Formats: sequence, C-alpha cells, structure tokens
Amino acid sequence: MILEVNDLTKHFYLHQLERQVLAFSNLNFSLLSGEFLLVAGANGVGKSTLLRTLYRSYKASKGLAWYSSLHGGIDLVRAADVDIALLRQEELGFVTQFLRPRPRVSAVELVAEPLLFAGLETGLAEQKASAALEMFGLKSELWQAYPTTFSGGEQQKVNLARALIQPRRLLLLDEPTASLDANARTALRERLKQLKNDGVAMIGVLHHPEDASGLIDREIVLHSELPLDEGFLEPEQEMAYVA
Amino acid sequence: MLASSATEILHLEPPRLVKHSPLLTATNINKRYDKVIALEDVHVELYPREVLGVVGESGSGKSTLLRMLNLEESPDSGEYHLEIAGYQNQNLFGLNRFERRQLRVKHIGIVYQNPHLGLRMRNSSSGNVAERLVIAGERNFSRLRAAAKRSLEVSEFPINRMDDPPKNLSGGMQQRVQLAKAIALKPALLLLDEPTTGLDVSVQALVLDTLRRLQRDLGIAMLVVSHDLGVIRTLSDRVMVMRHGRVVEQGLTDQVLEDPQHPYTQQLVHAKL
Repeated sequence: MILEVNDLTKHFYLHQLERQVLAFSNLNFSLLSGEFLLVAGANGVGKSTLLRTLYRSYKASKGLAWYSSLHGGIDLVRAADVDIALLRQEELGFVTQFLRPRPRVSAVELVAEPLLFAGLETGLAEQKASAALEMFGLKSELWQAYPTTFSGGEQQKVNLARALIQPRRLLLLDEPTASLDANARTALRERLKQLKNDGVAMIGVLHHPEDASGLIDREIVLHSELPLDEGFLEPEQEMAYVA
Repeated sequence: MLASSATEILHLEPPRLVKHSPLLTATNINKRYDKVIALEDVHVELYPREVLGVVGESGSGKSTLLRMLNLEESPDSGEYHLEIAGYQNQNLFGLNRFERRQLRVKHIGIVYQNPHLGLRMRNSSSGNVAERLVIAGERNFSRLRAAAKRSLEVSEFPINRMDDPPKNLSGGMQQRVQLAKAIALKPALLLLDEPTTGLDVSVQALVLDTLRRLQRDLGIAMLVVSHDLGVIRTLSDRVMVMRHGRVVEQGLTDQVLEDPQHPYTQQLVHAKL
C-alpha cells in the first residue's frame, strides 16, 4: 500500500465572512503502487481540493493520509513542512493544467530546473529537458523562449514536461489534458502508461476519462454535500492552525 | 502501521520523517523598544539549502528579526544557534562585538533594501566586494581582484563596470554589488531584506532570477524578508507570516498563499493585486 486515506475532511475557513465552507468530508480510500485511481464527480465537489490536500497545498481539517515513503511511513496531513518539501522533491508529483512561468526563465530551463536542483549537471539536464519538450510536441524554436507569452496549450506542454521529468512514486494529476491537442494527449497517455508500468501510483482528476483509457484501475465518485457545519468559528478551531 | 499513526495525531509536534538538523535555530526571541513590542516569542528554523520567506506589513518586526539574526542587535531574551563548525552549541547572542563581526564576515551575508547600508557608495564596486575578503585576511591584490571579479560575475554584474563606484550605478546594479559582497566568502546563511523593493519590474525579475540561480548552484540557505508576495512565492520554500512582532502563521509557501489559515494571512493574500 502506498497511500491510505482515512476520514479525510477539508473545510475552508473564511474569516472575512466568518464562516466555514466544506469541500469534502470523511473520504476513505487506498492506493497500491502502479495503481491509477480516478476521482470523478461534478464541478465543485472538491476533486482538485482533494489532490491539493494530499499534496499539502491545502491543509486538511481532519483525517489521515498515510503515505509509505522510501524514508518510512508518514501522515501527509501532519508531516512537518520540511518533510513535505523533501517528499515533493523526491517522491510526490503534482501535474496541473497551469504553468507558473517565471520572468526571464526559458522553457527548457524551467523544465530542467527540478533536475538541476537534484544536482544534475547543466548540459545533461537541458538535454533531458529538450527530450521531454519534444515528447509533448513543443516546437523546438520555442525551447529557448520565455513561456510567459506562450499559448495555453504550449504552456501546458512545458508544464507536463517539467512535472514528469523526475521519477516519482505518487503522481497527482489535476486535469493534465485540459488544453492539449490530440498528439500531446496521446504522448501523455503513453508516458503515464510507462510510469504506471514502472510502479508509479496515480490519482487523477480528468474531464475526459478517455484520455486515460486503459490506465484507470479504480474510481471514486465525490458527491457534493450540504454545508451542514456552516457557522461561526470556534476560537480553538481558529487557534489550531495558528503557528 | 495505521494504528500507530492514529495515536500520533495526539501529539502537537508533527512526526518527523527524516532527521536533519536545522542550520539556523532561533528560539524565544523577545525585543521591546520602551513600550513597543518589536518581537514576541519568535521561533525560526532554517534548514540547509532552504529559502524561508518572512512576510508582514511595515512594523511587523520582520526587519528587526533580520537585524538580530545578523547580530547587529541583541534581543531582550532568546537563543540563536548556527550549525557551523566552531560555533555549535553556543548562544550566538552571547558573542562579543569582535566575535560577532568574525562570524558575520565569514558565515553570514546580508543584502539590505537600502544599498547605502551595505556599501561604501564612493569606493569602487570591486573594492566594496574585496573589502570582505580583506577583513577575512586576504592581502594579495591580484587574488583579491580576481575573487571580487568572480563574485561579481556570479551575481551577474556587468564586469566592465566593476570599478565604478556604486553611487554611479542603477538600483538594480547596486543590489548586485551588495549580493556579490554578501556571497564573496560563500556564507552558510544569506539574509535578504526587501532585496527587490524599489526596483522596476524588469530589474526585479533579473535580481530574483540571480537569487534563484545562486540558491540552486551554491545551495546557500536564505532568509528573505519582503512584503511582496510575488517575490516570496518565487523564492521561498516556506513562509513565516508576522504581525505585531509575532509569527501568526507559517507553512509551505503554496499552502500559506493558497490556503491561508489565520485571519490576518487571509487579509494579506486577498489584498494582493
């Protein structure tokens, strides 16, 4: 078992409105190495929120996400920030549809960056980055350009290349195919298939599940719930998240 | 495994996966100026190769904290440790002026928002950088000049202007001279106080880019104070949010900016353009 999720619940506390909003509650599921879990459900039921909570971009309100890392088992909900930072560098991958381009950083450099941080030599890293960009079909004349002005689809290709360039044990896929053309979709599916065969576990949110046809092992469906626990914040609840 | 982890929840300290010790540990830092509380019970931990951002409005205590960590000022109470050979297991606030200066020159680099604080504006830029090396004991002129040049190059300073005094340089270039000076001796810790404030957007991007490269290639641990959330997001792994001298929230940068928990952090994030 690579991941076991128990009772996972996420509220957002909106202090300005003095209320809390429920994203999802009491989720339970588990995942094996090499398994692909599809998260389905209508808009706004918390699919992306679930992925972000597992990646710790969001803080879970309750529950447990027990992850078996190469360093040992750990609860992703409560792990120390530095440990999460380490796991993100080594084991956890997050693939979104949005690229965060940085000013004055070229496409190839942006893709090579995770390799450079991992200590790879510049020439080799850029070679691998170029291969990854080629795989997703980004025109080679754009490799040295700054992605800030790229189209949505082009940015997405850079993003995929960057997100998938390092080996990962658990990949969280948040609409990775959203603005891709057919060729890039096929390239992505092939890449994911290869990773799955290598034992990478994946949790995916996909508008078009056919983009991952042949990959999906299981599915969970999220339902929207009535925001039962709307209301004023209890002081201790507020304090629980204060550093 | 699950059963044991369930009991873990009761502990307030998160369970640790990897035991690595912080480069910098500052605990229980308190500082008052008369009736004004500048810092209250501040804890900071910074790990090797990590970039920690400190955000907060003017007067929240972030620059005061930086001055303390640069040993320019002493707190009313608190402890400060750096995992640096020769300085382990001692409270650095207990060092005398001479020892503080030694530690600063060799192991701590700082870039101030105002270049006047960090540079001699009428001396040459290369001389400003070389000054650090001289204090550290280097006397040979050609070695000094070569080292200063290398450091300026790493900071992406235009070398053909290395003999110009900072007063004749633009703000962005002055920041690079400060940076070159700060990293001349490959410090373990780099402190940055609003490194891009007051620079125009394109120059800001250049300075940010240089800082990221430095962090990637040299692996220096950095503490960045800024009120600009964009700067913090670009540079830092973790963030500390300060208000009225207290740390109100801290966490991974994306978590603090995307799912802020404290009312003040929510206000701050929502106020961003």
